[in-house]
Amino acid sequence: MTGLVELLSDYTVQNVAMGAVLLGIASGVLGCFAVLRQQSLLGDTLAHAALPGVCIGFLIAGTRDMGWIMAGALGTSILAALFVLALTRRTRIKTDAGLGSALGLTFAAGVVLLTYIQGQSNASQGGLDTFLFGQAAATLRSDLWLMGGVTIAAVALVLGCWKQFKLVTFDPEFARAVGLPVALLETVLTAMIALAVVIGLQMVGVVLMTSMVIAPAVAARQWVKRLEHMVLLAVGVGIVSGLVGALISASVQNLATGPLVVLAATAIVAVSILLAPGRGVLWEQIRHWRDRRTIGQRQMLTTLYKLAAHHRDPDYPAETGMLDSFHGTRTQRALRQLQRRGLVEPVAHMPGEGRHWVLTEAGRREAERVLKTMTPEMA
Amino acid sequence: MALFSTLRKRAADSASYHGLHEPDLALHVEDLTVAYEGKPVLWDIDLNVPPGVMAAIIGPNGAGKSTLLKAVLGLARPTAGHVCIHGRSPRAQRRRIGYVPQRSSVDWDFPTTVLDVVMMGRYGHLGWLRWPGARERERARRALETVQMEHLAGRQISQLSGGQQQRVFLARALIQEADVYFLDEPMAGVDATTERVIVGLLKELRDAGKTVIVVHHDLQTVRDYFDWLAILNVRVVAQGRVADVYTGEHLKRAYGGRIALLEREAFEGPRGPDAPQENDA
Ligand SMILES: Nc1ncnc2c1ncn2[C@@H]1O[C@H](COP(=O)(O)OP(=O)(O)O)[C@@H](O)[C@H]1O
Ligand SMILES: [Mg+2]
Repeated sequence: MTGLVELLSDYTVQNVAMGAVLLGIASGVLGCFAVLRQQSLLGDTLAHAALPGVCIGFLIAGTRDMGWIMAGALGTSILAALFVLALTRRTRIKTDAGLGSALGLTFAAGVVLLTYIQGQSNASQGGLDTFLFGQAAATLRSDLWLMGGVTIAAVALVLGCWKQFKLVTFDPEFARAVGLPVALLETVLTAMIALAVVIGLQMVGVVLMTSMVIAPAVAARQWVKRLEHMVLLAVGVGIVSGLVGALISASVQNLATGPLVVLAATAIVAVSILLAPGRGVLWEQIRHWRDRRTIGQRQMLTTLYKLAAHHRDPDYPAETGMLDSFHGTRTQRALRQLQRRGLVEPVAHMPGEGRHWVLTEAGRREAERVLKTMTPEMA
Repeated sequence: MALFSTLRKRAADSASYHGLHEPDLALHVEDLTVAYEGKPVLWDIDLNVPPGVMAAIIGPNGAGKSTLLKAVLGLARPTAGHVCIHGRSPRAQRRRIGYVPQRSSVDWDFPTTVLDVVMMGRYGHLGWLRWPGARERERARRALETVQMEHLAGRQISQLSGGQQQRVFLARALIQEADVYFLDEPMAGVDATTERVIVGLLKELRDAGKTVIVVHHDLQTVRDYFDWLAILNVRVVAQGRVADVYTGEHLKRAYGGRIALLEREAFEGPRGPDAPQENDA
């Protein structure tokens, strides 16, 4: 505990923590729209396409100036997005192939530029390669101001155009029909993925930045039933994973920040996919078992009821083997469960035959209730 | 001379844009052609629907019915022709148009509730920065009551049945408070209750003087539900009052050989005892 307090009173660590919070907010808010619009691969392309921009920004400024670097990254990211759009609209190339080509092209160009810059004997070239995987400890106060400004602008835009973004994401056709400028809104949403990438340059780096945008949204999606809540929760997940990753990398020498942040976010995703009520894998499995059990029991009840009705004998005893072959499966378990609920009871019929079953009074009532709730819509 | 013709052209443009063109018709489509990748999907469509009717658009799969609705709503770009709603371009009449797209056109796993989706019907009426508020919520609740779904207002949309999804879309169109409603196969794949609710509601709209235009898939119910009919297959095969247009001849022209089986069901069955029988002659 004292270790944590000490860590947090450190000036660099404070910077890192604030950077993590800003990154969490930006990627949480913007990632939700990217995930719901199924643009993960586009996000990956935009992130890799930021690398040549980083180098160009550096070359223009002549030093490691964050303002120029962010502007350059934003520029090449958006150019890549436009390139993919034109490629898929004008040619027969499919979107995923277009995105894949753009990713390879821009990232290769970025690495070439990077090695070119590092080959020059310039003292201020220091550590451009940290933008590959991020280096939280290198965050300066001035960087935070830039990150904060971009984050606030992005969040303000989302709040201002909330209903438009929501409708365009859910039902773009209806959005057009009611008169929203859908093409413009979609372009802005795409450009905002590039904004998130730029905010994450310092902390996570270009290689893993999509995961940072996507993961909090994917985790949040598991727990909520409204977009408003999804965005808030994604912000929370983003902040927590940013902080965890950044603090670990600050306290253990030479651990890369970006991968740690992404590992933290991915761990939260894994837990969410497993455990989230309603959508989690575990929950679904349990519901599946439970459904199978109750459906089995219900079917058994109605079968017994119909058999009795068919024989005009409310106490008609049905033999287990006959019920097995009617349902095409072993029915012993369902019958025992119904017996425990007091809905059926075994009766002695003829010696040498298998066990026979009859409905109890409660069983008959339950069977009638089940039959009544079986609407044609369910059938 | 050149100046004069430019001026005249401009006057004609603004007349068709700001003035009224065929104001007595709820929907007027003239010479409309829509092509996807050079292949015409709709060709030379002329279509007129008077106000206050409940009209069906029928035609085989791929006939261009959905495309026609999209072109009319400005969602698909026509290569030729024009569309007027109550005498003006659809763009100018946006607030007088209600739209129920095909149910399959959205991802129903989107994180939102029934009430939220219904409120989207007001988004086009709200100011740019305004968030939907209490008034919109109240309207949405009333629309949900109309489609008998008020008890599901807070439900996540991924948990709806097909019929319920369709009623949510209908409620969303209702709070658009339009004069002309366009619906794309609202009764396809829904349960009997939903179909009854939808048809009842559409008839109410028509009786209140609105125009209801429905892409319909079920030939059996055309005569029960509708009073106006357009039969479509890339071109318009026939249009007018259902009684005049719903004939085996027209259906055969639209559906080709595939109608042969259906025809017996739809025409010989319901024919009254006083209808002339061919084998009597
Ligand atoms: N976005 C599109 N791009 C290319 N072809 C399309 C597109 N939408 C529809 N089509 C084609 O246009 C034709 C008409 O489609 P549609 O209007 O959906 O028919 P309907 O609704 O009558 O079944 C079909 O052959 C379909 O394949
Ligand atoms: Mg269609």
